[in-house]
Amino acid sequence: MHIDFSPEDLAFRDEVRTFIAENYPAELRGKQDEGDELSKEDFLSWHRILHKKGWVAPAWPVEYGGTGWTPTQRFIFSEETARADCIRLMPFGLSMVGPVIYTFGTPEQKAKFLPRILSGEDWWCQGYSEPGAGSDLASLRTKAERDGDHYVVNGQKTWTTMAQHADWGFFLVRTNPDVKQQEGISFLLIDMKTPGIEVRPIITLGGEHEVNEVFLDNVRVPIENRVYEEDKGWTCAKFLLAHERTGIAGVAGSKRGIEKIKEIATTEMDGERALLSNPFFRRKVAELEMDLTALEYTELRTLAGEAAGKGPGPESSVLKIKGSEIQQRITELALEAAGHYGAPYFRGFGEGDNEHPIGPDWAHRTAPSYFNVRKTTIYGGSNEVQRGIIAKMVLGL
Amino acid sequence: MDLSFTETQGMLRETLARFLADTYDFESRKKMLTRPEGRDPGIWKAIATELGLTCAPFAEEHGGMGGGAIENMIMMEEFGKVIAIEPWLQTVVIGGGALKHAGGALAEATIPAIISGDCVIAFAYAEPQGRYNLADIGTTAKADGAGYVLNGHKGVVYAAPWATHLLVTARTGGGRRDRAGVELFLIEANRPGITRRDYPTVDGFMASEVYFENVAIPGEALLTGGIDLIERVVDEATVAVCAEASGIARTMVNSTVEYTKQRKQFGQPIGKFQVLQHRMSDMFVEAEQVSSMALMGTLKLDEAPEARKAAVSMAKAKVGKSLKFVGQNAIQTHGGIGITMELAIGHYFKRGTMIEGQFGSIDHHLDRFEALTYPA
Repeated sequence: MHIDFSPEDLAFRDEVRTFIAENYPAELRGKQDEGDELSKEDFLSWHRILHKKGWVAPAWPVEYGGTGWTPTQRFIFSEETARADCIRLMPFGLSMVGPVIYTFGTPEQKAKFLPRILSGEDWWCQGYSEPGAGSDLASLRTKAERDGDHYVVNGQKTWTTMAQHADWGFFLVRTNPDVKQQEGISFLLIDMKTPGIEVRPIITLGGEHEVNEVFLDNVRVPIENRVYEEDKGWTCAKFLLAHERTGIAGVAGSKRGIEKIKEIATTEMDGERALLSNPFFRRKVAELEMDLTALEYTELRTLAGEAAGKGPGPESSVLKIKGSEIQQRITELALEAAGHYGAPYFRGFGEGDNEHPIGPDWAHRTAPSYFNVRKTTIYGGSNEVQRGIIAKMVLGL
Repeated sequence: MDLSFTETQGMLRETLARFLADTYDFESRKKMLTRPEGRDPGIWKAIATELGLTCAPFAEEHGGMGGGAIENMIMMEEFGKVIAIEPWLQTVVIGGGALKHAGGALAEATIPAIISGDCVIAFAYAEPQGRYNLADIGTTAKADGAGYVLNGHKGVVYAAPWATHLLVTARTGGGRRDRAGVELFLIEANRPGITRRDYPTVDGFMASEVYFENVAIPGEALLTGGIDLIERVVDEATVAVCAEASGIARTMVNSTVEYTKQRKQFGQPIGKFQVLQHRMSDMFVEAEQVSSMALMGTLKLDEAPEARKAAVSMAKAKVGKSLKFVGQNAIQTHGGIGITMELAIGHYFKRGTMIEGQFGSIDHHLDRFEALTYPA
């Protein structure tokens, strides 16, 4: 057993590094550096470049468009993209509905949807949570009733991330109200342009329009757009949640986050010394780095288990809990580093007045990020739910 | 020892609480923030004139009621309960406090204008490079005949867009971080040579970057007392935001408890889950610590400087920690809805988060407390 990269791995790392350096869109990089809000096109620009290279879905089986990389190569790839500050690809198609379709879908569904997910032609959103069904997802009430060769869907979804851009959505709907909650749910793929769908924005604490409410009023969905058996959608949902939880550790992103804090705290002064030389601040960064290393090795062990044929199991709740807490602490430290300049609300002032700057540019988003990232311990199955899963599934309580 | 409030103090609290209940419901607050000036100036005028509350912490010879820090604590706590964006902290606690301590003709002239609601003050003390060191000042006040000429840049000056006057720290001599040579000036906000870049803050206030370019001010603008006076005033401001934090923490606990009684998941109100009950019990415990430390800090403000500073830093560090715990757990317990603009809880969390850093972070105050209390 060893943790060193082989010469082949190192060559692969250099290949990835070079590819990013030569192909990452300059315009996108500029917008990220300026802290500008990213449009749908911005997200898609990097997606398309990776697709053209054949690297957009490393985790997928080769037959559906995956890369065939070893787990180590996948690890290197996510490290390198985070290290180079590449934007995170939207996970709804690539990491969520894609795996559900290639695992449970019909040949027709695979042929129709998978290539369009890879190419970025379809933007997907996730219709899971409802106003009355959050942590208790199985209590969802949006219903789908058969009418000939269609389902007629009525209800309301919420927290639907980026639904304002979506071409398609995958929805959990109740097809049988008379059985145990989990047994009457189906998994539907719905064209977001279908009449009867209305998307309304929810504005979050930092002023972002990231999430939406989705209202469904007599929305007609062809039966062939159901994935897996009727009333058995919970199987797909559970599968997807387990997948969502592995990605949710966000190790590579957090590594980059800590690096950024160090960069900031090296130039930001605290009296005569750099902020990073302040023993209190430095101790917090050091502790965070240790916790992240523990998480990283936990993820590596999980990946090794996966490579040995074990699917992501309830242990992925460990990744979710620790990963989300670390993400929050990073934003907390950034806000602390900003000092007085955490307070200005950047959506309230036009940027680019170099003569009268409002503190350092990096500080402008520290408070909104800190507010926004409170979501990580809530979404994807709240951390309370994760602890419940560990208690029940791992500890057998 | 007597920790009870007087009848008058009780009436002050009730008067303000009743007024704020009518004017500062969540929807009205939201509307104020969208006005071009970012507030409703009529509310401040009403607090001063109709309710006559601004006279509470001032001496009778200045037209006040003879109160002081305890009255400020009561007011700030009530403002915290509704996350008011009124300039009480800047105008009454800081501006009023500095004038009271310095005395003289400027106090005689200005305090009545504060009481009448005509004078609104913003405190221009922070500088981009200075973090929480009150003596780390690059702004200069150069003697010029009988007066001074101001040059420099002050950052994140809360309430500056609303202010008639600026309370400015500036250096008349000494090197960048020297305590000697730092002085406090009260000047009209519209003096020639002053420019501002205004913006809203994440917690609902308005603030500015304020630039002074050869601003001529009269010698009478100087409030004598130097860095000692500035530290005293900032300590008073610090416990005032601790009192505001007490109102905020209390409200966040209450709102969270109410929410968990209403919100049903897994077939029951989520407040029935023991794990959430214990969390909310801990939040309650921490909110109580906030109130206790706000009171402790307030009662120690008249101690000798070293003892006062140690007490205030103890209060602020503890309040910062407890407030963070209450705020983060209030949001977590609300779930997604807590992160939206739709519910009040998120707005309490935002103001609470800003209080954590205002007048010094947890680390800053732990550091100051240790330095004063544990000899090297």
